[in-house]
Amino acid sequence: MFTYIIRRILYAIPILIGVNLITFMLFFMVNTPDDMARSQLGAKQVTPELIQSWKEEKGYDKPLFVNDEAGGIATLTDTLFVQESLKLFSFNFGFSDANRDIGSDIKERMVPSLAIALPTFMIALITNISLALLLVLFRGSILDTSMMIVAVMIMSISGLFYIIAGQVLFSKMWHWVPISGYESGWDGFKFLILPIMIGVFSGIGSGVRWYRSIFLEQINQDYVRTARAKGLSELRVLFGHVLRNGMLPILTGVVVVIPTLFMGSLIMESFFGIPGLGSYTIDAINSQDFAIVKAMVFLGSVLYIIGLILTDISYTLFDPRVKLG
Amino acid sequence: MNKNIFFKLLFFYLSILSSSSADVWNTPHHQDKVEQNILFSSFSLPPKRLDPVVSYSSNEWAILGQIYEPPLQYNYLLRPYSLEPLTLTKMPTIRYLNKEGKEVDENSTEVVFSEYILNLREDIAYQNHPSFVKNQEEGLYYGALSKDELEGISTLDDLNRTASRYLKASDYAYAIKRMAVRQNHSPILDSMQEYIVGLKEFSKDITLVVKEKRANKELIDLRPYSILGVKVVDDTTLSIRVKGRYPQFLYWLTMNFFAPIPWEADLFYQQEGLIAKNLTLNWFPVGTGAYYLAENNPNKQMRLVANPNYHHENYPTLSQEQIEKSNVPKALLEDSGKKLPFIKEVIYSLEKESIPLWNKFLQGYYDASGISSEAFDQAVQISSGGEMGLSQEMIDKGIELKGSVQPSIFYLAFNMVDPIVGGYSTSAKKLRQAISIAQNEEEYISIFTNERGIPAQAPIPLGIFGYEEGEAGTNRVVYDWIEGKRVRKSLEIAKKLLAEAGYPNGVSNKTGKPLVLYYDTTATGPDDRSLMDWRRKQFDKLGIQLVIRSTDYNRFQDKVRKGKAQLFSWGWNADYPDPENFLFLLYGGNASVNTNGAGINSSNYQNPKFDKLFDEIKTMKNSPLRLEKIREMLIIVREDAPWVWGVHPKSLALSHKWYTNVLPHAMANNTLKYKRIDAKLRVQKQKEWNQPVVLPLILLVLFMVLMSYPLYRAYLGRQRAVIKGES
Repeated sequence: MFTYIIRRILYAIPILIGVNLITFMLFFMVNTPDDMARSQLGAKQVTPELIQSWKEEKGYDKPLFVNDEAGGIATLTDTLFVQESLKLFSFNFGFSDANRDIGSDIKERMVPSLAIALPTFMIALITNISLALLLVLFRGSILDTSMMIVAVMIMSISGLFYIIAGQVLFSKMWHWVPISGYESGWDGFKFLILPIMIGVFSGIGSGVRWYRSIFLEQINQDYVRTARAKGLSELRVLFGHVLRNGMLPILTGVVVVIPTLFMGSLIMESFFGIPGLGSYTIDAINSQDFAIVKAMVFLGSVLYIIGLILTDISYTLFDPRVKLG
Repeated sequence: MNKNIFFKLLFFYLSILSSSSADVWNTPHHQDKVEQNILFSSFSLPPKRLDPVVSYSSNEWAILGQIYEPPLQYNYLLRPYSLEPLTLTKMPTIRYLNKEGKEVDENSTEVVFSEYILNLREDIAYQNHPSFVKNQEEGLYYGALSKDELEGISTLDDLNRTASRYLKASDYAYAIKRMAVRQNHSPILDSMQEYIVGLKEFSKDITLVVKEKRANKELIDLRPYSILGVKVVDDTTLSIRVKGRYPQFLYWLTMNFFAPIPWEADLFYQQEGLIAKNLTLNWFPVGTGAYYLAENNPNKQMRLVANPNYHHENYPTLSQEQIEKSNVPKALLEDSGKKLPFIKEVIYSLEKESIPLWNKFLQGYYDASGISSEAFDQAVQISSGGEMGLSQEMIDKGIELKGSVQPSIFYLAFNMVDPIVGGYSTSAKKLRQAISIAQNEEEYISIFTNERGIPAQAPIPLGIFGYEEGEAGTNRVVYDWIEGKRVRKSLEIAKKLLAEAGYPNGVSNKTGKPLVLYYDTTATGPDDRSLMDWRRKQFDKLGIQLVIRSTDYNRFQDKVRKGKAQLFSWGWNADYPDPENFLFLLYGGNASVNTNGAGINSSNYQNPKFDKLFDEIKTMKNSPLRLEKIREMLIIVREDAPWVWGVHPKSLALSHKWYTNVLPHAMANNTLKYKRIDAKLRVQKQKEWNQPVVLPLILLVLFMVLMSYPLYRAYLGRQRAVIKGES
């Protein structure tokens, strides 16, 4: 397995270079360094001298991919792309165009993002699987049919509606929890309960339907009949056998998501005033802060690759037939 | 078992809520803070930087203004806006000098320089800060933090020792030197180079020095360097020599660009280890102001705390004549003569969305709020007479509404170098005048701004010298003055002008084709569609086809700078309350196309008569003669119509009854120190407005309990069915 992981990590390097290349091309197709300077320096009193000094300071005065003036190998290495990419691969994210250390900012913002994303993910996973198993248990009944209708209804409504409705109902009308805000530690519980509840509820529709379809494929298998014939209770059959055998497709969709939980949720964090990573990239795109954009795209790619590797590893844990090598 | 867990969790949650607040569950603040003299406010956009020589945005100045103290400030209560000393013993003494440096009369034709002599107060001390702690050699105690020491530092509070010192004239000189360093990107450096003697040369030299020192990873101490026109006479006297006469320089002295920077802070924050932890002068200012920044987490919260070393300053006291002239309400005079500041702490929380912000304000958790378009109908009622007032719901809550016309203008510009709409021929003028009449700004204000604005008659807004009310201030090209009212000229007149311009009913005499104009805009979203439809309709009234060219902001700016846009909307906020700050938007020397895009005159208007008058008024003091010349200028630009004059926006702000001494001031940034909070009343109202409604919670618990029983029964039924082989 070790060799497999090393091989996957080596495969990741060209992928990350490619992602980085595309990020550079796309960003600079839309924004010129002059535009970036203007965005950072404000709308008033921005002179060409000021723009030039800003570009020099940030290194944006260098050519993007080919530096004809440099000569030799420096033609390729003394460029914005190579200089910035090298830093990224050593996980040195550098400073944002507004002069903040990006690494520090990411560390600081990761915690609030996780404070919402992790419990939401865990509770949603447990709730959705439990509800799906419950529906499989009562398959074909009125409960199953009506729950499926409710699930489709939940799926059909925009997530933003749940956020606003939740804030109006639980905070504005009933005064149970604060509308928005964030505190670290236990004091943060009252701020997190509503976004977590909403996150779980808004995902129930799609989650339950998906897990139900996985479990329905399993429920008529021979091993389930055998388990019942052995006299196991329905709960043991569902949680001990059906769930375990339905794990592979679940893992494919779930494990890959785990590392990206760090990246937060844009809408949820914006509406609930959670100082997480959710809006970090969008804010950076809006303010044309390329340093943050490239760092976040790179980080997102790395986390996604980690997620894929973890998924492969998790297969071996749940299915002994799978061997990585 | 499951039920037990549920009840335990419920109990746990309720106990947490009850521990954080005695009576209300939904408070976002700690209850002990709510009971104190603390202002709760919000920010939607974190400041990009808090460096006084760089920051130029209102959200940055709102924080910086409380921390740094430039030499002058605006009087909080007086109108029109009036300057007064802040860290000075008196207003600067101005000496006028000839080219030999000899003092001459102010009105002399020999005046080549003006020298501003600033006499500082001796009792002004900085906030406590680690950079002021000195070692035995008078160097910085924390000037060279080791790796080990840095490891234990994540905020400035982790440095145990702090100190302060008195403000010196050299600190103001140091700030100007910092401004001159190109690498600091001060937005006003290029403007100031034109005025402050020796600044240009100094900037060139110091920029090279800094470049070299940075390459060698050396600290940059600006003390040994000096600017020819900036002299530190002694610890409390500074003289700044500017070229020619420049009365507006006094206004610049109210801005953060001229706030003092202690050399200790500049050197302290240059340590690489601190920069890597985002502990920089950019994020943790060091000032002498009424407040210091105790916490700066732009991702979540910023906290200002009253500076314990703040110098003696009292709430303004006005004479009866001043009160009457400035129309100051009685309630704003109750604190006259009392020591500032009143509020001991301000907590700014990040609120990106307007809906949560508005609801928290209604719940009493924020002390003041603006009015978003979503909340406008809930907050404001407009009477049949067009009078704006609070809705009954707001009145019942004791909320107060404050409104003021901003010293800003949003206009529709014609590109004067465009072959169709530009130029100075009679037909071109008539085309622009016709379009100006057809653009119904009153309708725009009513539909798109909820009556938050007034139609502009010229570039100068209300409150700035040169603005005139009534008939005298009416743009006669677009309006008639009938029975004491401005009445927009009829569409027939516009059509007549259009025909005279060579486009009868919008069809070109020359080509026989309909006139097609192009409007460049950044309005690309679905929300902007109605505005664009309205804009098209205004041109359609004259038979002119308007093509909307939506683009992103970068391309838009680029087109405007290069003179490639035909029609576009643009705006300007005043830097200082002087007509020069608006009229220079139309000065030929500032035309964008002639200055490689650097000029501020984006419509590229150039009229020698106007330019000559501008050159005369820009250095004049406010006087009847200046007003006369401004009137002449306004007649010229109204006739030439390079802009459809557009709108002066009106800002509206709401505040709770417990938040007092609130008076909108469009120019001053340091107004927090005058405001007051009645925390007792706030707590009382918050309790009154936020009592938890527990019935739904009880019903929810009951529902879950009741539902679990049939579910359990159904499960047993299912189990039996399986055993019987019915599945």
